[in-house]
Amino acid sequence: MLTCQQATRLLSEAQDRKLRLKEQWPLKLHLLICSGCDHFRQQMDFLRQACRRYSVAPPNAGDAE
Amino acid sequence: MSANDSPAGDALRDPSFLADLRRDLLRFAELQLRDQAAAEDAVQETLAAALSGQDRFAGQAALKTWVFAILKNKIVDTLRRRQRTATITSLVPDDDEQEDDFAVLFNPGRHWNPADRPQHWGDPEATFAQQQFWVVFEVCLTRLPENTARVFMMREFLGLETPDICLELALTPSHCHVILHRARMGLRLCLEQRWFTPENPIC
Repeated sequence: MLTCQQATRLLSEAQDRKLRLKEQWPLKLHLLICSGCDHFRQQMDFLRQACRRYSVAPPNAGDAE
Repeated sequence: MSANDSPAGDALRDPSFLADLRRDLLRFAELQLRDQAAAEDAVQETLAAALSGQDRFAGQAALKTWVFAILKNKIVDTLRRRQRTATITSLVPDDDEQEDDFAVLFNPGRHWNPADRPQHWGDPEATFAQQQFWVVFEVCLTRLPENTARVFMMREFLGLETPDICLELALTPSHCHVILHRARMGLRLCLEQRWFTPENPIC
């Protein structure tokens, strides 16, 4: 059984490389029973989207000063 | 020719647009280079390249996107040059302290402490639509340790592939992954605390 700490590490690495099958299955199982890690997974997607948005043309964050 | 479909050079001669654009470019470059002089240089070169461009743009948003693409290439060049002249500091030191910061989020069995369990962040689009969010986002990026932030931004802003970054910075793949993981842990924690406030936890 994966720990949450191991699951978060795999979820982060999944942003950079394709996980091996023997990594994918325990992770899927863990996410089914752990809402915290499932939220973490969604947060990783959120970060990627935010970075993409920001780096295409940063919204005028400075204007809100 | 309509005003909305003009060469880059023309649009960039609008002083107020240029001033805003320059400020945004500079902030983006400083965030990644963490060196004001280098950031100024990159922005200067970017604007010079943009002014001489003959590409036509339908509106300022499209132009801005194009100028940022030029800037990203300049930043990659600057980072590569810096790497060659070996002025980059060792990537080890500022990372070590952080590992413990994140270990405290987990209990001895290495599962989330109830209070530290990641929350549901809701619809990303609704968040991205709020200008204040981007202020917090920048603050959180700025709070990442310098070298951690650099690796993360090479990956997520400049779109470099992880093996290229490792090669570029002479890191082992596993060290590279550790650094990126810490960056993401730091960024998500900061956003959760500063933006997705714990006042309305949705578990």
